[in-house]
Amino acid sequence: MGDPLQGGDPIFIGGIDFGVVALVVLKVLIGFTFVMVGVIFMIWFERKLIADMQNRIGPNRAGKWGLLQTLADGIKLIFKEDLMPNKADRLVFRLAPYLTVAPAFLTFTIVPIGGLFGTGENGTIEVFGYRTFVQVADPPIGVLFLLAMSSVAVYGVMLAGWSSGSKYPLLGSVRASAQMVSYEAALGLSVVAVVLLTGSLSTHDIVSAQSGGFADWNIWRTGVVPFLVFCIAATAELNRPPFDLVEAEQELVGGFHTEYSSMRFGMFYLAEFMNTITMSAIIVTLFLGGPDGPSLFGPDIIWPTIWFMGKLFIFLFTFVWLRATLPRFRYDQLMDLGWKRLIPLSLAWLLVIGAIRIADDEGWNVALVIGISLASCVVGALALVGASRAGRIRRRAEEALR
Amino acid sequence: MVAQNIAFGVLAAATSLAAIRVVTTRNVVHAALYLVVVLASVGALYILLTAEFVAAVQILVYVGAIVVLLLFGVMLTKATLGEDDQLDNDQRWLGAVIALFLLGTLSFVLVDAFGDDKLPSLEGVSRATLEAQRGSGAVGDAIFSTFLVPFEVVSVLLLAALVGAIVLARRD
Repeated sequence: MGDPLQGGDPIFIGGIDFGVVALVVLKVLIGFTFVMVGVIFMIWFERKLIADMQNRIGPNRAGKWGLLQTLADGIKLIFKEDLMPNKADRLVFRLAPYLTVAPAFLTFTIVPIGGLFGTGENGTIEVFGYRTFVQVADPPIGVLFLLAMSSVAVYGVMLAGWSSGSKYPLLGSVRASAQMVSYEAALGLSVVAVVLLTGSLSTHDIVSAQSGGFADWNIWRTGVVPFLVFCIAATAELNRPPFDLVEAEQELVGGFHTEYSSMRFGMFYLAEFMNTITMSAIIVTLFLGGPDGPSLFGPDIIWPTIWFMGKLFIFLFTFVWLRATLPRFRYDQLMDLGWKRLIPLSLAWLLVIGAIRIADDEGWNVALVIGISLASCVVGALALVGASRAGRIRRRAEEALR
Repeated sequence: MVAQNIAFGVLAAATSLAAIRVVTTRNVVHAALYLVVVLASVGALYILLTAEFVAAVQILVYVGAIVVLLLFGVMLTKATLGEDDQLDNDQRWLGAVIALFLLGTLSFVLVDAFGDDKLPSLEGVSRATLEAQRGSGAVGDAIFSTFLVPFEVVSVLLLAALVGAIVLARRD
C-alpha cells in the first residue's frame, strides 16, 4: 500500500526488476490502445452525431450503424498515393505529422483513468502482485508536462504548413500557431488556480485532493471561472469549432495540411481527434475529480473507470455539439477574446484565489479579503476598458487627421 | 550508474552534433530545428540530474516559446525554402573566438566551483524527500527568498523589453 507521504507510483518503491519494466510497458500499451480505440469511435461518433443534428443519416454502410466506417477510411487512406509537392522540404514534410501525433498521446499518459481515491488504496490497484497507479506515468511536474506538450504540439502544425512550400498552407499554419500560442497563456493561467489549491503539480495528487465527493471537485473549489476559461482555451488550443480558423475553407483552402495526402494526412486527422480526447480527459482530471464517484453495485474497482468514461463522454459530446451548432469566430474576435478577455479574467481570478488562500493561512477576515480583492479586480477591469476605449478614440482621431 | 552514464553520453553527443549543425546548416528553418534538438537534449540532461521542474520549464520556455517565436519571425519575413547562401558572413571568425572564450570562462567557473565534488547518491531516497529538497516547491522558495532581487530585476528587464517591442512595432 505504501506510505502516502512516500509519493509517486508505489510500483517503483521496491526497486526496478523485470516485472516492473514489463508492467510499465503493458501500461503504455493499454494507454495507447485506449486512445486509439477511442479515436476510432470518436470519429464515427462525431460524424454520426453531426448527421443526426443536421437531419442526415451519416455513415451507415460499413458495419452495424456504420461503426466500422473509420476502419474502412483508414484502410483507404493507407492505400492512397502519397503525394509530395515538388517544392516541399522533404525531411520536415515527413517529420511534421509525427510531431503532431506524439504530444497528443504523451499528454494522455499523465491522466489517471481509474483507481479508488480517498480510501486506503489511494488510487492504486494490484496487478500481478504489484501495486500501481492507474495511469501510465505520474511525473512530479504533471501539469507542467501538460503545458510543455501543448506548446510542443505547435511545431507539427507550423512545420507542416511551412514545409509544404505553398502559400495557403503557410498562411494556415501561421494562423493556427498564432492561435495556439495565444491561448496557451489563458490555458496555463487557469490551471494555476487548480495547482494553487492542491499545492502539487502531480495529476495524481490533484485527483486525490478532489476525492471527498461532489462538493470537493475543483470546479466548485476554484469557483467555476477557471473551469470555463480552461474549456474555452482548450477548444481554441484544439483548433475545434467555433475556433477552427485553421480550416476556414473559404479563405485557406484546407489549412496547414492542404498538401498532405494518404496516411500523412490521416495522421493529422488522427492527432486532431486524439487531442480532443486527451483534452477532455485533462479537463475531467483537473476540474471534475477524474475517476471520482460513488460505487453503486458490484465490485468497487470498476466504478472509478466507469465514472471517468462517463465524464469524458460528456465533454466529447459537448465538443461535437459545439461543432454542429456554432458558427466560426472572425480572426480579430478570436484574438480579442484570448488576449483582452480570458487572460485578464484568469489573472484576476488567480489574484482572488491567492488572496483567499493567504487570508485562510493568516486567519484574516475572509469575507473582507474577498470583498477587497473583488473590488480591486473591478477597478482593474474598468481601468482596462477605459484604456482600450481611450486608445481606440485616439487612433480614430489620428486616422482622421491623416 | 551505468545507465545514467550511457544516457549522458548519448545526450551529450546529440547536443554537440545538433549544436554544430545549427551554425553550419545553410537553411535558416533547419537551423532553428537543430536548435530545438539542442535545447530539448539539455532538458533531458536536467531530467538525468533529477531536476524535473527545470527540465519542464526548459521545454516550456525555450522549445515551446522562444524557438516558436524565432520561427514565426523567419516565416513572416522571409520564409525561403531550401538553402540560402547569405546566411554566412565574414564575422564567423569573431564569433568563433567569442564562443571559445565563453567555453573557457564557463569551464573555469564550473571546475573552480565544484572541482572533484560528487553528487550525493539517490539510492534509497524517497520521492517525498527528493521533492522537498529539489522539487518545484523548493525552487519556488529559493526564487522568492534567496534570489528575490535577481528575480525582480529580470522581471523588470522583461517588462522593459515588452514595452520596447510595442513601441518599436507601432505604426507611427
